[in-house]
Amino acid sequence: MNAIKKLWMLALLLTAVPAVAVASSGGFHLDKAPIDLEDKVSLQRGAKLFTSYCLSCHGASYMRYNRLKDIGMSEEQIEKDLLLPEGTKLGSTMQAAMDKEAAKQVYGVAPMDLSVIARSRSPDWLYTYMRSFYVDSSRPSGWNNAIFPNVGMPHILAELQGEQKLEVQANEGHEVSKLVLDKPGSIGTTEYDAAIADLTNYLVFMSEPAKLVRHKIGFIVLGFLFILLALSYALKKEIWKNIHH
Amino acid sequence: MKLLNALIAWIDARFPLTSTWRAHVSEYYAPKNFNFWYFFGSLAMLVLVIQIASGIFLTMNYKPDALFAFASVEYIMRDVQWGWLLRYIHSTGASMFFVVVYLHMFRGLMYGSYRKPRELLWIIGMIIYLSLMGEAFMGYLLPWGQMSFWGAQVIVNLFSSVPFIGPDLALLIRGDYVISDVTLNRFFALHVIAIPLVLVGIVVAHLVALHEVGSNNPDGIEIKKHKNTHGKPLDGIPFHPYYTVKDIVGSVVFLIIFCAIIFFAPDMGGYFLEGNNFVPADPMKTPEHIAPVWYFTPYYAILRAVPPMFGSQFPGVVAMGAATMIFFFLPWLDRGKVKSIRYRGPIYKTFLALFVISFIGLGWLGLMPATPLYTWIARVLSVVYFAFFLLMPWYTSIDKCKDEPDRVTSK
Repeated sequence: MNAIKKLWMLALLLTAVPAVAVASSGGFHLDKAPIDLEDKVSLQRGAKLFTSYCLSCHGASYMRYNRLKDIGMSEEQIEKDLLLPEGTKLGSTMQAAMDKEAAKQVYGVAPMDLSVIARSRSPDWLYTYMRSFYVDSSRPSGWNNAIFPNVGMPHILAELQGEQKLEVQANEGHEVSKLVLDKPGSIGTTEYDAAIADLTNYLVFMSEPAKLVRHKIGFIVLGFLFILLALSYALKKEIWKNIHH
Repeated sequence: MKLLNALIAWIDARFPLTSTWRAHVSEYYAPKNFNFWYFFGSLAMLVLVIQIASGIFLTMNYKPDALFAFASVEYIMRDVQWGWLLRYIHSTGASMFFVVVYLHMFRGLMYGSYRKPRELLWIIGMIIYLSLMGEAFMGYLLPWGQMSFWGAQVIVNLFSSVPFIGPDLALLIRGDYVISDVTLNRFFALHVIAIPLVLVGIVVAHLVALHEVGSNNPDGIEIKKHKNTHGKPLDGIPFHPYYTVKDIVGSVVFLIIFCAIIFFAPDMGGYFLEGNNFVPADPMKTPEHIAPVWYFTPYYAILRAVPPMFGSQFPGVVAMGAATMIFFFLPWLDRGKVKSIRYRGPIYKTFLALFVISFIGLGWLGLMPATPLYTWIARVLSVVYFAFFLLMPWYTSIDKCKDEPDRVTSK
């Protein structure tokens, strides 16, 4: 049937729309974040990094600790591995260790809530951001960031990554900025990149925990609809067989 | 069976059940040559039902309060059973409503469905479209993200540019001097009860008007001209079972697309759900780039294309308003001898193609920042947009039309 064919063409056209959309970034090139929500071990490592570092200042006030069961952690693991603060229940949401007002005093701005950060910032942006801090003595915190100029946040993971500096080289008339590792940290660059990949992976999960089941349910729903399509099309054919054009 | 018949007879003696069913479904004769473009009316009804059903359950969990609105949406996304599904159904439904309605309206343009005797049907449809825009605009404020807040701020500020009464008008809409908790509460009330109530009412009126005059068809000719001895149109077939079963096929194909979006790309790359709207509304922080959702962008581009005059944005607002309202006059602007594009001459076809290009082009420009080049393109396309309507009495009357067939054809 011609009409059905056209409807399919429209379907293809509509699904092509997201492919055209391009995320924008300022100046510096964004690295592709290796996101894999199937990798539960990576998500768990990311959760540990998140709770031990980020949660010192940032909250994730829509995220409950027991939601980490979705990425394969047991209640015992959540309590012991993540060193839950005193009096925190498994059903509690993730609150920052630091008081919001105190943080505002120190950094000038209150650290933002990170529950849905991977939805307002792209995973690629987050992955690049956490790897783009460099030493800048002109900043109050002593740190600056290549893709977030004059950021208020200091480089919390410097002990892991080490210290980078921004080198500006003249290249055929125009300037090219480059980040170079100045003082190595406790882990190598490859390990650090892998750790940030885990952290970004976790942030993507935390921004939408339903994403873990969404695709699986989607396949079942579409499977059902395709069967329904075959049946409803057969019914239409049967009913219409006496109509002559 | 006997008992059922007795029950129906009992009801029929007190309520026009069988006669209504016959008049509107089993003995409503629709042309037998409906094509692809005729799926979108029934699909629009399907989306309306989907939106009302998902909306009821969202309302049970959402809090219309500036302090809790954003958090309650995240609560729905995380803690409410199947809440994420409800929300994605509703957010995808909003965009798909416009996809379906735009295609439905384009069908009307192509086949002259607004022409006599269907002028009132067209006008009722336009009222539905305007109500839908209001419904979508109010609903977009509810998640209380940055785009919700600033989008509403920009649009409500347009009303303040109206001479004399502008500032009071904007104040009346907001209920406050800025978009605030008060605005959120009244938009919520309008979104969940006032406009939906109106929508359902005028959708019924749209159907009653349709069934009074009968459906148009891709040939743009009246099937009522040729009737059999029982007074039934020769080229008509009963809506039920023929179009009910056909529309079920269309609905299933639509649901496949709909569900593919819901489960695999609910953001649609930022077109259905914008990234910036996952940042809670902050009246102190204006986002760098404010763009409305895609279905409003053609009009937004027209608004920005008109330069301010005498230090007022009002001319742009007038142009934007005119761009939507001009559709109402189509039945009287069109002087063509035939209704359907199949028998129109090359001039109408060219103008319609230009109109489609201008509408899509403006829609794209409305999403982009207004650079000088883009503004000039938007100006050209706005002129094309209005030329389609304003020159219509002229070009439709000089166009060389082909002869309409006597009976419907199938291509």
